[in-house]
Order: sequence, then structure tokens, then C-alpha cells
Amino acid sequence: MIDYNSVLSPRVKGIAPSGIRKFFDLLENMHSSDAISLGVGEPDFVTPWHIRDAGIYALEKGFTKYTSNAGLMELRREISKYLYRRFNLSYDPARQIVVTVGGSEGIDLAVRAVVSEGDEVIVPVPSFVCYGPIVAMAGGVPVYVETRAADEFRLTPEALRAAITPRTKMVVLPFPNNPTGGIMERRDLEALAEVLRGTDILVLSDEIYAELTYGGHHVSMANLPDMAERTLVVNGFSKSHAMTGWRMGYLCGPEPLIKQMLKIHQYAIMCAPTTSQYAAVEAMRSGDHDVETMRKDYDYRRRFLLDKLRAAGLECFEPRGAFYMFPSIRSTGMTSAEFCERFLVEEHVAAIPGNAFGQGGEGFVRMCYASSLQNLSESMDRLERFLAKIR
Amino acid sequence: MDELLTLLEKDGRQTPQQLATMLGRAEQDVVADIARYESEHIILGYPTLIDWTKTDDELVTALIEVRIAPQRGDGFDRIAERIYQYEEVESLYLMSGAYDLAVTITGRSLREVAEFVHARLAIIEGVTGTATHFILKKYKEKNHIFPKLPEQEERLLFI
Repeated sequence: MIDYNSVLSPRVKGIAPSGIRKFFDLLENMHSSDAISLGVGEPDFVTPWHIRDAGIYALEKGFTKYTSNAGLMELRREISKYLYRRFNLSYDPARQIVVTVGGSEGIDLAVRAVVSEGDEVIVPVPSFVCYGPIVAMAGGVPVYVETRAADEFRLTPEALRAAITPRTKMVVLPFPNNPTGGIMERRDLEALAEVLRGTDILVLSDEIYAELTYGGHHVSMANLPDMAERTLVVNGFSKSHAMTGWRMGYLCGPEPLIKQMLKIHQYAIMCAPTTSQYAAVEAMRSGDHDVETMRKDYDYRRRFLLDKLRAAGLECFEPRGAFYMFPSIRSTGMTSAEFCERFLVEEHVAAIPGNAFGQGGEGFVRMCYASSLQNLSESMDRLERFLAKIR
Repeated sequence: MDELLTLLEKDGRQTPQQLATMLGRAEQDVVADIARYESEHIILGYPTLIDWTKTDDELVTALIEVRIAPQRGDGFDRIAERIYQYEEVESLYLMSGAYDLAVTITGRSLREVAEFVHARLAIIEGVTGTATHFILKKYKEKNHIFPKLPEQEERLLFI
């Protein structure tokens, strides 16, 4: 009998299991027909038809072989044009863009190519759950920096400066942020850039929610003077074009870095799925209008849910990006996990405990508003009932 | 496009308060705008979209192409008026192309629709010909798809 425990890598075993496993078990056994999930962070829209049709067309034509490792040249050209058109970013399609399997792979490539044993990566939290484990698997050490509601969940230059050590290799900028909905405006980024200039610290800018910025336009760290040389931009099609299941993302940055990252991609992945790449070409070429329509729709729901949460008496920061609300539930006297568990069991509404997203998330819950207005409205009625009961 | 109208066109049952919240506007402004749209006949009504095939009522809908001889002074309007006054007429459009008016009517039976065409429509002065097409199945109307689309299986994932 194999002793699996001794076979498995300590590094992998060392990754803490998700703190909300118990919560998931509950969710899995929930077969109530009136259950509403505000848990999963993905668009409720189906991928626009013209994009799906382009995928089907590629299959019909028999485009079923590998593409070049970095992705279809045609797609990289379209991505390059899109990034310039939408965010004023300039990347050479031949040398500075890799098409990846979702934004997640881009994050993995960027970290693995840069981080060696003991290197530190600064990760603002609360944030998406993957950064820490990916850093740890590369042998690095994630250094978590808490962002606070009082700062609108921005990373402040003071907090960044305090976290930097001689071992700091990289800082992750996950904005617009999942789960808080916080964004970084140009002046906020400028303040961070000031801290980073003159160092060799890289920036991994995860801009997967860039298109979902409300009441303003997304600014990338790579837009700032002298910052493109140290910035890796991760983006993708999942959130902006409602294409989560297609697994399409891309990683852009300075040529010497991308060249090395491409090596990892070529050995681990080969290339992103061909069908998805053809669909993505269509999304880049004629999808701007879809993005605009969906953003508008999310914005309506954002205002709606914020109003309802506040009316129910929960303190809630106004999110300016992504599609999440991150209300504080401290006034209930419960922990995030208790709140979510009881809300699910008693009212059949799933939300995610804030502590699942790292330190600083305790006391908050994440609710995804990429759900129908009807669902949102019903879940808020249940929230009111729930709060009335426990107060 | 006017965002308030676009939202109302999607769902006319939303309250002014909800609309105001979603648009980030004051409720009384939204109320005033709606009142103005109604009085100016920009908003004509708030009908409900129903799939009658799921009820016990049998209904037959036909699309009738009508060719007419336009009249001096009134053009097509006078004949159109004589057609749309009939209760059975659901919609009436003036068309470019091979025929002039597109009429949709809904009746309880084939016979009822046929009767309307030959006993009422065809005999109107100025109507020179009709072609009746029965609607066999509705797939989509006003952006709503009639058949329920299959949903992806429930998933357990954390993102």
C-alpha cells in the first residue's frame, strides 16, 4: 500500500484547504427549488450569439488543430488593437502577448517565471483566492497586505512601502477587485508607482474586471510613466464578454519576461483551445457593444442591490468595479461563516463568507449581483426577514 | 437611447422607486418623466407577454399581406384606419416592398380568422388583394424566447 502522504509534495500539501469547505458541503446538499445563489462570481449572461457562432463556425470549418504556442496571430493582433482602443495600452502582438487558458493561467505563468525559493510577493487582501497558493507552489512567500473599507479597499502607498523587503519580487494589483469591488484610480496608482520607481519590483496587474468599472474608466498601472517596463497585465474574456467556460485569457508585458513565460506555457499547456480562440477573435472584433450593454445592466443591478443592502441596515461600501457587493455583517454579531451558513440554511440564499478571501475579509460577505433582478429582489426580501429575526 | 424607456420596455412592472435607484436618479424625476411619456403617448401601454400555447385557450394568429390602391389626399392612411379599428387586428404596419400593409390578427379558430379576411378585410374599398399566412409557432417575441432554454448543470466551484 502506497503511503500517499509521503508521496505527495509537501508544498502542495501545505496549501491550506479552502476555509469554506463546510459551507460548500451544505451548498451541495441543498436541493431546495427556491434556493438562490449569489455565490458564484460569473456573468449570468450567456456568451453573445455572434461569438458562440464564430466558435461553431471554426468547428465546422475543421479548425481543430493546435495553434501556435502564443495563440493565433490573428487573435493576438485583435487583442493588441483592443487594448489600445479601450485602455490606451500598447503591446506588440508578435512579442508581448500570450493567449492563456483563462486569466488564471496568466497569473500562474507570471508568478512561476519570476518567483524563486523564498521570494516574496505582496498580495493585497481581501482578493481572489489564487494568488497565495500559486506563489507558494512556486516556492515563494505571499505577503498579505490588508486593504480597508475606510480606504475604499485601495492599496495605499504606506501599506505597500511597509510590506516591501529586500526579498520582494512582485506586487499583485487585483483591481477592480473581487470581492470588494474596490478600484484604483490614476492618482492611487501614481502613489504606488512612486514607491516602486527605482526598484526591481514587478507589478502583476490582474485586470480581468477592467471593463466592469462604473462611473469612470479603468486605468492600468502600465499606463503610468515608466511603469510598463515592470508591469505584467493579465486580462481575459470571462467577465467582460461572459465567456467563463471558454477559458480564454491573455498575458501581456515586456518582451524579455513574456519570452520566458511563454516557455512555461508551451510545456505545460501547449496552446489555448483553438475553438475558443476563434470565438475570441470575434469577441475582440465586434464585441464592444455587448460589453457596453452588459456593463450597463450590471450597473443597474449594482445600484439596486446597494440600495437594498443599505436599506436593510447593513453597512456597505459602494463598489466601483467588478460585480460584487461586500457588505459588513458585523452589526449582526455573527462571524462571516456563521452568517452565510445560517442565511443559506434558513433562507436558502448563498453568499460567500468574506474571510474566504483572506485577512480583512472577516466581518464581510460577498454577494455577486450578476444575477437576475428578480433573484436579487427576492434574496433581499429574505435578507430583511433574516435580519429581523436575528436582531 | 433613453435608459428609462429601455428599462420599462424590458419590464413595465418595475416601480418608479426601483427604476430611480437603478438609474441613480431621484424618484420624483422618474415619476415625472413617466407621466410625461404617458401624456405624450411615447409610452402607449404596459401589456404582458403571454405564451397562450401553455394555456387551455386555443388561439390562431395570422399575418395578412394586404395590397391596396392609395387614395388621393389620404394616401394609405384612410384604408389603414378602416382596418385597425377592428378589435381583432393586433398590429398593422405600412410596408415597403411587394405589398402595402401587414396585418396581424388573432382569433379563436381558423374559421374566425378566415371569416375576418373575406367578410371584412377583402371587401374594404381600395383593398386590391390579400395573402393570409398562419403563424405555426412563435419562437421569440419582444426579445423573449418562448421555449425554455436548457440550463447548464449545477456546479460547485469557488471563484
